[in-house]
Amino acid sequence: MSLLEVRNLSIAAGASTLVEQVDLDLAEGEVLGLVGESGSGKTITCRALMRLLPAGELRISAGSIHLNGRDLARASEAEMRKVRGVEIGMIFQNPNSHLDPVMRIGDQIAESVRYHEGASAGEARSRAIELLRQVGIPDPARRMAAYPHEFSGGMRQRAMIAVALACRPKILIADEPTTALDVTVQAQVLRLLLDLRDRLGLAIVLVTHNLGVVAQTCDSLAVMYAGRVMERGPKRELLRMPAHPYTAALLGCQPGSANPAEPLPAIPGQPPAAGAFPAGCRFHPRCPRAAAICESERPALRALRDRRVAACHFAVAP
Amino acid sequence: MSDFALSRGNWLERGIGALRLGRANLNLRLGAGIVLAWALVALLAPWIAPFDPIAHNLPDKLQGPSLAYPFGTDNFGRDILSRVIYGARIDLQMGVIGVLFPFLIGTTIGSIAGYAGGWVDSVLMRLVDVVLAFPFLVLMLAIIAILGPGLYSFYIAMALVGWVSYARLVRAQVLVLKTSDFVTAARSLGFGRLRILFRHILPNCIAGSIVFSMSDVVLVVLSGSAISYLGLGVQPPTAEWGVMIAEGQNFITTAWWITTFPGLAIVFMALGFSLLADGLAERLGLRQR
Repeated sequence: MSLLEVRNLSIAAGASTLVEQVDLDLAEGEVLGLVGESGSGKTITCRALMRLLPAGELRISAGSIHLNGRDLARASEAEMRKVRGVEIGMIFQNPNSHLDPVMRIGDQIAESVRYHEGASAGEARSRAIELLRQVGIPDPARRMAAYPHEFSGGMRQRAMIAVALACRPKILIADEPTTALDVTVQAQVLRLLLDLRDRLGLAIVLVTHNLGVVAQTCDSLAVMYAGRVMERGPKRELLRMPAHPYTAALLGCQPGSANPAEPLPAIPGQPPAAGAFPAGCRFHPRCPRAAAICESERPALRALRDRRVAACHFAVAP
Repeated sequence: MSDFALSRGNWLERGIGALRLGRANLNLRLGAGIVLAWALVALLAPWIAPFDPIAHNLPDKLQGPSLAYPFGTDNFGRDILSRVIYGARIDLQMGVIGVLFPFLIGTTIGSIAGYAGGWVDSVLMRLVDVVLAFPFLVLMLAIIAILGPGLYSFYIAMALVGWVSYARLVRAQVLVLKTSDFVTAARSLGFGRLRILFRHILPNCIAGSIVFSMSDVVLVVLSGSAISYLGLGVQPPTAEWGVMIAEGQNFITTAWWITTFPGLAIVFMALGFSLLADGLAERLGLRQR
C-alpha cells in the first residue's frame, strides 16, 4: 500500500509541457531516488508534490497526487497549508539560502510546531531541542539561540532537516540535499537521513543527479529525462542491469565504472530544451540504440520483471 | 548569492552591535553622539536652560552675545540660549513623530503591495504616484491649510505625504525577497501569507528603511521648521527653531544672533542624524565601503 501515489502527473508552463505523465509510488519507510540530468524535471516534480510551483508560471495540467485518500493536485490552498510541513516536509539544496538569515535556529524549528500544533512556547522549545539532538547537533540547548550564519554548511543542512521535521511529517522530500556540501559532510547527511528513516519510519523522495548517492541510500529509483520517467524499479536490479539505454548511459558516465586510464565517457549531445522536445522517444537523438521507430513513436512505459518499468522500444528484459 | 545572504544576514544583531559605540565607525560614533547630546538637552531643558524661554524681559531686549546671555536676547528680551534649548524638545519630537507614522504606514503599504502583487500592487502604487505628482512642500501646505495650523496638522500632513518613500523602498525589497529561497522554505512549512510577510520577509528588508528613516528625520525637522517659519506649524511664543528664525528675520541686519543660533541648532541636529544614517548604513553592510 503506497503512502503517496502519483499518477499521470503533467506540469505545464503556458502551452509547453515540461513534465509529462509521471507515475511515482512511495511506501512507508521507502527511499525513492529521483535521478536525471539538470533540466529533466526532477525539481519541479517535487515542487508540484507540495503544490509549490511558481504561481502564474507553472501549473499542474493533468494527473493526481494521492496522499491518505486525498488528491493534492486538486486540494485548495488552505488544505495544502495543512499538508505542507505537517504531512510532507521538504529540504532544499542550499541550506545557506533556505534558512531565514535573521531568525534564530531554535525559533525557526519551533515556529511551525507552534503554528500547526498550537503548542506553547515551552513545548515548542523542548521539541526543537529534541529535534536538534536527533539531527546530530551537539549541545542543542545552546545552539537554539544561534543564527544560521553561525553554523557550518553541514550543520545548516542538519538544522534545515530539523525545521522540516518539526511537525513529524511522514514524508520528506529532499531536493538535492547534499549537492552544496563537501564530500565528507555529504556522507554524514545521507547517513542521517537513513537513520531518521529507520527511527521515524520516514518515507523519503531523494532528488539527485549523483548515482553514488543513489547507490548508498535509495530503495527504489525513478530515472527522468526531458520531463518523462524513463525507467523505474528497485535500486539493486536497476543499477545492476539497466533496462533503458539512458540509464545505462548514465551509469557508464560514473567514475569507476570505466577503465581509469581512459577519459570518462559522456553521453553525446545535450538534453533538449524544455518545449523543444523531439518527437518519438525524447532520448533518441542521443541514444546509441536508436532506430527508425524511436523517431516517430513514443515508447510507453512497459512492465518488466521485478516490478520494473521502462519506456523504450528495445528495453532489455532482465 | 549565499555570500549576499550572509552579508545581509542578521542585521538585528549587528544593529545591536552597532549601538556598542566602542566598535563603531567614526560616522556612527559622531552621529550617535550628536543625536544623544540633543536628546539630553531636550530631556534636561528645565534644568540646564538659564532663563524662562517665554517670559518677556524688555529691559534686556536685543542684547548681543555676552556672559549673561551667551547667545544674546531677542526683541522681547528672551534668552536665545534658553529658547534654543527648549526648542530642541519640539524639534526632536517633530523629527521622531514626523518619521514614525510615515515609516509605519509606508512599510505596511509597501510590503502589502510588493507581496500581494497584481491589482493590489497597481492600485497602491498609483496612489504613490498621485502623492509624488505634487511638490512635497506644496502638498504639505495644502493639507495643513485644510486642517488648520498647528503641530498636529503637521504630523497628519507628514503621515499623509511622507509614507510614499517608505512604501517604494519596502516594496522593491519585498519583490526581491518574496521569490527568495527562504521564503519558498517557509511556504514549504505551510505558513500563511501574512506570517511569511511579517515574520520572514519584513525582518529581512527593514534595515534599509531604518537607515532611510534616520536621514528622513533631517528632512522632517527642516520641513517642520520651514512650516513653522511660514506660520503654519508651531505657533509663537513657543520656542521652536523655525519660529525663532521667522521672528528674528526683521532684525537680521541689527541683531544677527536671533536667527543665527537657532539656524545652527537645525544644522547640528541635521548633521547628527545624517551622520547616524551614514554610519548605520555602513555598519549594517548596506553600502560598500
